[in-house]
Amino acid sequence: MSSKAKSISLFDGAILAQALKGSIFKLDPRQLVRNPVIFVTEVVAAVVTLLWVRDLLSGSGTPLFSGQIAAWLWFTVIFATFSEAIAEGRGKAQADSLKRTKSDLVAKRLKAANGTDYEAIPATSLKLGDIILVEAGDLIPGDGEIIEGVASVNESAITGESAPVIRESGGDRSAVTGGTQLLSDWLKIRITTKPGETFVDRMIALIEGAERQKTPNEIALSILLSGLTLVFLIAVVTLSGLAAYSGTIMTVTVLAALLVTLIPTTIGGLLSAIGIAGMDRLIRFNVIATSGRAVEAAGDVDTLLLDKTGTITFGNRMATEFIPVDGIAEDELANAALQASLSDETAEGRSIVALAQADYGLSDNVLKGKEASFIPFAAQTRISGVDIGSRQIRKGAVDAILKFAGLSKETAPQSFQKAVDSIARTGGTPLGVAENGRLLGVIHLKDVVKPDIKERFAALRAMGIKTVMVTGDNPVTAAAIASEAGVDDFMAEATPEQKLAYIRKEQEGGRLIAMCGDGTNDAPALAQADVGVAMQSGTQAAREAGNMVDLDSSPTKLIEIVEIGKQILMTRGSLTTFSIANDVAKYFAIIPALFVATYPQLTALNIMGLHSPQSAILSAVIFNALIIIALIPLALKGVPYRPVGASALLRRNLLVYGLGGLAVPFIGIKAIDLIVAALHLV
Amino acid sequence: MTLVGWLQISLTLLAVLLAVKPLGLYMNRVFAGERTFLSPVFRPVEWAFYKAAGIDEKREQNWLGYTFGVLLFSVAGFVSLYAVLRFQAVLPLNPQGFPAVAPDLAFNTAVSFVTNTNWQSYGGETTMSHFSQMAGLTVHNFLSGATGIAIAVALSRAFVRSHMTTLGNFWVDMTRATLYVLLPLAVIVALVFVAMGMPQTLDASVTATTLEGVKQVISTGPVASQEAIKQLGTNGGGFFNVNAAHPFENPNAFSNYLGVFAMLVVSSAMVYTFGQMTGNRRQGWALLSAMGILLIIGIGAVYWAETSGNPILTHLGIDPIQGNMEGKEIRFGQSGSALYTAVTTGLSNGGVNTMHASLTPLGGLVPMFLIQLGEVLPGGVGSGLYGMVVFAILAVFVAGLMVGRTPELLGKKIESREMKYAMLAVLVLPLAILGFSALAAILPVGLAGLLNKGPHGLSEILYAYSSAAGNNGSAFAGLTANSPWYNTTLGIAMLLGRFAYIVPVLAIAGSLVAKQKVPASSGTFPTDTPLFVGLLVGIIIILGGLQYFPALALGPIVEHFLMLAGQTF
Repeated sequence: MSSKAKSISLFDGAILAQALKGSIFKLDPRQLVRNPVIFVTEVVAAVVTLLWVRDLLSGSGTPLFSGQIAAWLWFTVIFATFSEAIAEGRGKAQADSLKRTKSDLVAKRLKAANGTDYEAIPATSLKLGDIILVEAGDLIPGDGEIIEGVASVNESAITGESAPVIRESGGDRSAVTGGTQLLSDWLKIRITTKPGETFVDRMIALIEGAERQKTPNEIALSILLSGLTLVFLIAVVTLSGLAAYSGTIMTVTVLAALLVTLIPTTIGGLLSAIGIAGMDRLIRFNVIATSGRAVEAAGDVDTLLLDKTGTITFGNRMATEFIPVDGIAEDELANAALQASLSDETAEGRSIVALAQADYGLSDNVLKGKEASFIPFAAQTRISGVDIGSRQIRKGAVDAILKFAGLSKETAPQSFQKAVDSIARTGGTPLGVAENGRLLGVIHLKDVVKPDIKERFAALRAMGIKTVMVTGDNPVTAAAIASEAGVDDFMAEATPEQKLAYIRKEQEGGRLIAMCGDGTNDAPALAQADVGVAMQSGTQAAREAGNMVDLDSSPTKLIEIVEIGKQILMTRGSLTTFSIANDVAKYFAIIPALFVATYPQLTALNIMGLHSPQSAILSAVIFNALIIIALIPLALKGVPYRPVGASALLRRNLLVYGLGGLAVPFIGIKAIDLIVAALHLV
Repeated sequence: MTLVGWLQISLTLLAVLLAVKPLGLYMNRVFAGERTFLSPVFRPVEWAFYKAAGIDEKREQNWLGYTFGVLLFSVAGFVSLYAVLRFQAVLPLNPQGFPAVAPDLAFNTAVSFVTNTNWQSYGGETTMSHFSQMAGLTVHNFLSGATGIAIAVALSRAFVRSHMTTLGNFWVDMTRATLYVLLPLAVIVALVFVAMGMPQTLDASVTATTLEGVKQVISTGPVASQEAIKQLGTNGGGFFNVNAAHPFENPNAFSNYLGVFAMLVVSSAMVYTFGQMTGNRRQGWALLSAMGILLIIGIGAVYWAETSGNPILTHLGIDPIQGNMEGKEIRFGQSGSALYTAVTTGLSNGGVNTMHASLTPLGGLVPMFLIQLGEVLPGGVGSGLYGMVVFAILAVFVAGLMVGRTPELLGKKIESREMKYAMLAVLVLPLAILGFSALAAILPVGLAGLLNKGPHGLSEILYAYSSAAGNNGSAFAGLTANSPWYNTTLGIAMLLGRFAYIVPVLAIAGSLVAKQKVPASSGTFPTDTPLFVGLLVGIIIILGGLQYFPALALGPIVEHFLMLAGQTF
């Protein structure tokens, strides 16, 4: 899935420099208090620094040791803020390019809605309901609804897609976005959002993380981490009393080192980076979520409502087979169908030409040099075709073709009737072909299911997600396509009300629903769904109702959105497990070091064979700080999600992050201890 | 360790396992208000109680109402018990003519029995009249156990119901737990105990003439009846000071195994009832497996440590084949002692048949650690289940995230509210245990009660507060706890361990009961598989270990290394 995403190098130089600066600003305790674990670390670091200064001034104690502990405690805090800054930095780079599209826009405000007189005003002073004129070459100054005109618009500034799109008044394509450029014609637009609240403004705010609020799961996890911090605070503070009983006077520096290594600084430091990076991953998939809550909900989704057209099938009926009536050669039918379709520019027509060329080796210049006049499709006759001299070739709806051939249902050849029935049964559309009153056969038009979609649905099923196909087709057609695509359920002849009812019913059963849509009539369902993805090409109403906007307008993206949601939760869980498991090794480093002076026998617990008590404590603190830096890439990229079912996923992650979390610090602390001892740092 | 020893342990545990299902199913019917074979006997009594107390048994309470009921009932119990002890001298059934119990001791004892702790700062046969034992202490052995069961039932209901606010009626659940569960079982067990030679009399003492011709006065009383509920209700308060090491309180090996069986049976069956109530029997078995694995590790550790003996004595030429027999009864042997020791602390029972202070350092570490884990193996009646559910919530939250979904337990989403209350509950034990221990370890009033110095002394303090906060009640003898300081602080620790835990648990129930039950899918983290059992065991050991490892390192762990180096305390 990464192949499709726009990628920013993990450690882009400019972003790194920005992030370093940002990580210093984030040390402000008033900001840091939102992250209790790191806040405690900062307080402890400040205390140890004071003690170091006291040691220096009084010339007593061990300033070399306490100085280094203080430094590494500060590094722990800075690494944590740095991880957040770097996650934000990656978003900022994108926000900056958006901001450029916004600057210095000029609006042409019409003095009267039906006139052409306008005054040029800065886009920032546009008000809700203003009518503006936009002409070819202009940048559209704000979000709005087209009230008059048709034009092509380049929306690459927000979608990254350079092909222009058509926007027109009325219908589902009447919304325009500020910052996009009009390529042709002119439009009259009614402004529908206040300045500062336009789509681009919201995007910038979201990307920059200014509007970032903790998501429900993040809050719950923060509570767990704060609770653990309190537990360890109790353990460490009371330890000084128990140690005093045993005849060991513990210095505050040592207690501080113990506390910071025990509290879950690893996950605490990376928690907000994980959330920001998750939003960022969505943005690189060209999806803008209006809230982190929705992204998280995506991970919990149980049911996906997918539109058939464009998601499951290619969206156009395509010719897949030519079935001649008895006595007609297949080639003759194919040839006739080809000639009748050569000038047919509809997708169906083109697919007939393509099939004739591919499967029957026919050439599309059969008409070259002949006098041919094309008969376009008309709603009254429901047939189209070509006249070549006296030959009249027609294709069209079955009953219309029968009429053209002078036949009726009863008088039609049995083989024709059989072919028509079998096509209808499988959900296809039969198209009759006739030449001069002679019935040639039937073209099988079929909604073609995308080639890899069945595997994707199987993967979703393994993830425990049910797929429901929504289509306006009749139940027979819908059932045929549903079984071919391998969806779990389908909704035929679906109306917006039915969709809404279906979502409500599923939600009452405790399920979370995701859907995508683009039309105004989709808006209620989009709003009701737990994850509603609106297409950027859709109406303003749809975009307002959903909690995500897909800039590429690709409905299959729901699947990626779900995966990203899951990745965020998995990354949090894995790093939490890792962080807690780390503590076991830290105990074996620090506890014998603390009490070895009183009880030399406790050396037995120094199973890592660390050099000296001070180097053991320092090594544990250094490991604790460096592990944050080492895990930043994982926090930003996320733990990879595999659609293998919860049990297999859990087994794998427990093995990697649980057992790994137990083992890694033993190796890491020992290695650091060797270096500390070799450099005579203490 | 011997094969026969392990066989005895296995058979006892197997007997519990066999009883789990029938008793679990029976309790499920009782708390669902369905008819059971005892209904003809108890239904009229039950009805009479409700009538007299003006309780509408159909009217359910929300979590606040339920909590209020629990607290009100406990306060009333405390006040009445305190009064009985203080007015003991003027109350009937006092053949020895014991005076009133001192205020701090009465406070400590009343708290102790109301919180299902049964910590005994007193010697039963030299302090308490028969009236105090029977009308005071034994009554609370029933009621505090029934209160725990009621809370566990309320929590179980929270997993079954959706979009509701009520958890049941505390008064009804508590009455049914007493009448239909504890009372009949206690009658049966008491009769069997009597058959094994346990006294059940209102006489104060018997006079015997020893072989030397000296007259000896041996205290006695209604022992069997108190002993039965002491075990079934996981109370642990013995009739005699030396508890189940006393020949009248635990006459032979068979009574020892029956005692262990009685301790385990209700708590274990409660877990089955949980599975049955929530419609997922496998979940019940999964929780029970996690408890069983940890308990068996505990039994094995004590058994191993004790049979390994003391190297110092071996050096002196004493045959190591017996292991460490100091403080043990020869009629129970190593396996019977190890089993009792681990079970009484894995549960919140607290009765002892072995002097825990005489265990080897590692052998003594185990019971202390089992208490500190929160007594969930399988814990006190009811309290073990709700303690385990809190752990399951934590395990599911941490690990559940790793499958990429909001964590769920039995279809209920675990979110910030549940997490907040679970963490509040989790904080109670370390705060009470470590906080008070640290104070006692530096304050002269605390140090004054110590019999031993060095790490063993520290173990005595740690054990006392662990036992109190964990509502266990067993003692690491050697600490003179009958002083105003210990009576008061241990009393506070008991109150914290009981009520500061119950309130968040009921709040969790209140939050869960309002939630929609989410149907399971293949993307749901399964909580009834061996993988989850392993995870739960890991979380319990690591969380417990991380909290108490530094303290334990200074107590039993260092004592162990010092013993290996030839130093004892």
